[in-house]
Amino acid sequence: MRKLALSDEILMSVEKPARYIGGEVNAVMKEKEKVDIRFAMCFPDVYEIGMSHLGIQILYDMFNQREDIWCERVYSPWTDMDQVLREKNIPLFALESQEPVKKFDFLGITIQYEMCYTNILQILDLSQIPLRAEERTKEHPVVIGGGPCAYNPEPLADFFDLFYIGEGETQYFRLMDLYKEWKRSGLPRKDFLKQAAQIPGIYVPSLYDVVYKEDGTIASMTPNCPEAPEKVKKQIVEDVTDTFYPRKPVVPFLKATQDRVVLEIQRGCIRGCRFCQAGMLYRPTRERDVSMLKSCAEEMLKNTGYEEISLSSLSSSDYSKLGELVEFLIETCGARGINISLPSLRIDAFSLDVMGKVQDVKKSSLTFAPEAGSQRLRNVINKGLTEEVILQGASQAFEGGWNRVKLYFMLGLPTENEEDMKNIAWLAEKIAECFYDVPKEQRNKRCQIVLSTSFFVPKPFTPFQWAQMCTKEEFLHRAYVVNHEIKEQKNKKSIKYNWHEADVTVLEGILARGDRRTGKAVRRAYEKGCLFDSWSEFFKNDLWMEAFRECGIDTDFYTTRARALDEIFPWDFIDIGVNRAFLEREWKRAQEGTVTPNCRQSCSGCGASVLGGGICHEHQD
Amino acid sequence: MNIRIKFRKYGPMKFISHLDVMRYFQKVIRRADIDICFSEGFSPHMIMSFAAPLGLGLTSEAEYVDIRVNRTLPSEEAIRRMNETMAEGMDVISFRLLPENSKNAMSIVAAADYEVRFRKGYEPGDGWQERWLEFISQTEIPVLKETKKGHQEVDIRPWIYDCSVKDKALDLQLSAGSVHNLKPELLMYAFGVWANREIPSSALLIHRKEIYANQGSEDDRVLISLENLGEDIE
Repeated sequence: MRKLALSDEILMSVEKPARYIGGEVNAVMKEKEKVDIRFAMCFPDVYEIGMSHLGIQILYDMFNQREDIWCERVYSPWTDMDQVLREKNIPLFALESQEPVKKFDFLGITIQYEMCYTNILQILDLSQIPLRAEERTKEHPVVIGGGPCAYNPEPLADFFDLFYIGEGETQYFRLMDLYKEWKRSGLPRKDFLKQAAQIPGIYVPSLYDVVYKEDGTIASMTPNCPEAPEKVKKQIVEDVTDTFYPRKPVVPFLKATQDRVVLEIQRGCIRGCRFCQAGMLYRPTRERDVSMLKSCAEEMLKNTGYEEISLSSLSSSDYSKLGELVEFLIETCGARGINISLPSLRIDAFSLDVMGKVQDVKKSSLTFAPEAGSQRLRNVINKGLTEEVILQGASQAFEGGWNRVKLYFMLGLPTENEEDMKNIAWLAEKIAECFYDVPKEQRNKRCQIVLSTSFFVPKPFTPFQWAQMCTKEEFLHRAYVVNHEIKEQKNKKSIKYNWHEADVTVLEGILARGDRRTGKAVRRAYEKGCLFDSWSEFFKNDLWMEAFRECGIDTDFYTTRARALDEIFPWDFIDIGVNRAFLEREWKRAQEGTVTPNCRQSCSGCGASVLGGGICHEHQD
Repeated sequence: MNIRIKFRKYGPMKFISHLDVMRYFQKVIRRADIDICFSEGFSPHMIMSFAAPLGLGLTSEAEYVDIRVNRTLPSEEAIRRMNETMAEGMDVISFRLLPENSKNAMSIVAAADYEVRFRKGYEPGDGWQERWLEFISQTEIPVLKETKKGHQEVDIRPWIYDCSVKDKALDLQLSAGSVHNLKPELLMYAFGVWANREIPSSALLIHRKEIYANQGSEDDRVLISLENLGEDIE
């Protein structure tokens, strides 16, 4: 019987003790004496969120296939447990062995969103690992970060020994082998870091010096030792079919946010929306072979017992064998009472037909993401969706029995004017009118249109990386304009409007394009008590703003400032394949409102083809 | 065909709530490929019902869940298949066919056996056993029970069916089910109040040993374990 790290008294005193006991179905147990490397894989948020993340399940499975490695999991202790661990001085432990993380060889942290940065410090702190990488010794684990926020790792540079830039399936084994060799050699920690820097995709922040200009922008970022490359190249899996994919993912006892089998059908996106970071970072688009997906689906359902399976990708409708795959799933799952969930579908006749087959039309709603209200602005952001297509899709849906529609927009996009904002309300009104145009006997009694707007945050490696971000007041003003305009509409009673918090958006903006200097404020905010910033009930904007002030950081520098075309950005040392000339071209075309074709229509020469694989090397129609 | 499954829950699994155990069993059924029946309708669910929820932190060697199946495997085979995919700390002990038209477990629960021990260092003072015998020999044990309308005083003495004191533990047989459900936690709380001794809930180690149906009458009980209402499948 496994021995738990915490006593019954502690576990009975906190909310959801199942978060801390491990022992789930498919969790991997090994004998610690028989492995060379112990890897703690962490998602810095609460268990139910962290357990929903596919990337960790992929890497967990990959590492544990090696006999010499035991990979375990760690999540952020919830605030009640955080308090207990601090009071009783209990070091944070991994779920499988229930042993302290500080005894491990590696602590790997996936960095999925900016609002988890204070949680990363919590993980280090509770693990009793020095927050600053430079204070760590051979006794401490190597702390490595990965995931989308690692593409601008600079705000976190002080806290990590290494960052992994790209897809984990490619270089981790090399890093592990190197580590084993180094461990045997008895050489200083710094030697390992220097050797690691020579593995493609590995960024060692301590091996680079940054010099700033008087105006605060970067003058240069240069390696301070010969081992560190000038540019760190993103690593990708060329063949996403013949690679690691977990056939036996860990099944949590608690209801996780993503409580289902997740089938990642492809990586990357052909669309090239100019605000979308994922669309640029994960280029080129690579599809998994449909026969691999079929066998994965069957095995994973069998091994987990889940009652639902969901497809995952940035744009499922663009997967070339979607029809075949969905047909297979309907056949396999239908009789066994397994639900199929199809997110990120374009609304057209095909998808409505499929959705009608796999879900209860009466209970489900349809989602459109026009992102901008007017065609003009949709051209600016290169969102290919036209009003005609949206209205046609909505009409078909209403005829098919749906009566709930969700619409997602962004406010604060570059060049947005008042007319664009009002168009959001007008589009909702037109959709409502489509509903009432359907003959009474063919439709439901009334329709419900839920409009949601988020505020636009410019992200690194997008054509909008140069863009000025709105102030909080400007964001709220724009939401007010939309809200006011909705009230002017004939069908206002059918339209519900939600908008996102503005404070947290501004903070996200600061950190997204932050540099090394912003890391001081992250630490300061953490020390002041900021934690779980992505949870609105815990977000403390005042403390964050105090932290920036105390660190002498002018937040406008990172958000509202206009950036010169030739400015050196903190993330410029990373090579994601997509090159700066392309991003610059796209930034100019955005301002002209010129649309760029998607990767399947024609190649726009973004640069990702140098990475090999995927759509760049397929026949294009 | 209705099947009654008996399982144990021990070790770290005591921290899995009843709701999560229900979800867990749905997955076990799928992993073991048990040919369970689904309800009609657009979102069909498994026909499955649990006898009596077990509180968080309690262990048990007699939990029950009833399922309806289209066809069944021999008991031994079904048990093996399910246990192959179970998490450590939960295992299936029996898989029995119920007679036609038998009532489901939840509706027939009448009593349960518990063993109550005190966690080391949390015994409620010397001589607690004598105090307990005194406590239990009362003809009435009034307790304030929380109801929807606030607090109500009820006499729980009639719901204590049997009790014996061991060196360091109590064996209790208590009324259970939908009519009078007496939780051992409540009884121990009442004892603490009566004896003027502090018994925090974290002091107790409670283990459920059996659940029974009553085949006699209210006054003349004939208790039979839920398991014994079914038969092994060859």
